[in-house]
Amino acid sequence: MVILILPAKTGKQRHIAIHLDHNLCKRCGICVAFCPQGVFVTGDDGYPVVAATEKCTGCQLCFYRCPDFAVEVEVDK
Amino acid sequence: MASYRDYLAWERLPHLWCAGCGHGVILKALTLALAALEVPPDKVVVASGIGCSGRIGDYVTTHRFQGTHGRTLAFATGIHLARPEVKVICVMGDGDAAAIGGNHLIHAARRNVDLTAIVPNNLNYGMTGGQFSPLTPPASISSTSRQGKAEPAFDICHLAVVAGASYVARTTVYHVTEMQKFLQEAILKKGFSLLEVLTPCPTYYGRYNALGEAAQMLEWLNRSVIPLARYRQMSGDEARYWWRGRLVDREAPDFLSRLKGAG
Repeated sequence: MVILILPAKTGKQRHIAIHLDHNLCKRCGICVAFCPQGVFVTGDDGYPVVAATEKCTGCQLCFYRCPDFAVEVEVDK
Repeated sequence: MASYRDYLAWERLPHLWCAGCGHGVILKALTLALAALEVPPDKVVVASGIGCSGRIGDYVTTHRFQGTHGRTLAFATGIHLARPEVKVICVMGDGDAAAIGGNHLIHAARRNVDLTAIVPNNLNYGMTGGQFSPLTPPASISSTSRQGKAEPAFDICHLAVVAGASYVARTTVYHVTEMQKFLQEAILKKGFSLLEVLTPCPTYYGRYNALGEAAQMLEWLNRSVIPLARYRQMSGDEARYWWRGRLVDREAPDFLSRLKGAG
């Protein structure tokens, strides 16, 4: 789990937390392939790793696309 | 406010579907749609058939029912007539809905029974080893068509329309927000509604047809599907594409209303 505070482009501060659950993840690579900002990379063990937290815009595409309920993105506006 | 979490049986996860299988995305869209509509879990029955998608009932907190192969709609009709206040959502794979249960499908559509039928179409029978189904595109390699499928495929959406369904749409697992929107419309629709969702099967269809892993298969789906309006303007190379969109959304008396009217 990664928590960060983003100085968003609008000037507002947003809290974004990306939760990855290794017990549910099947290493299909969908989140890594489809994140528009390239937030994830594939780790040595095949699991996704949150590599560029500051790029996350909170679009939730990884959440919607994950077939295994392994990704959740919390965005406090 | 309801959350998709309320509709998922978390203690049964991880689910049995393969890595990259789209059925999990459909399950998530269904839970999101139910949460958005705020239908309480005890007012929903998820009825499924046999095959990979038939296991969807294991992972929901709503009522669930798993019928014999292809007979989901027949059982679901009974559930609906006995408990009309409960939303009955049927999940049937392409083989279950179009081959084994093809007759039930056309007659449920003809009677316009107030059911929601979701057809996750992964283009083959995944659970039994990748045999072709009536919805497998021609020339596809499967474990029962090693030289390429010789038969044409039929369009289950057009079939449901001519049979009399009130609502028919098609989308893909790639188009996640559209899928949730169509699911909500289909659940709310009075009368028979059918939503076909094209979904990747990387284990069999993808491997046999060299379409790559899950992510590549999703890209392939996105490239192979075009909006219905554009599809209708095409002349000549329609066969290379699937259309996606709302094919029909019309008002017609449903089976139970007719039954009450007749009595």
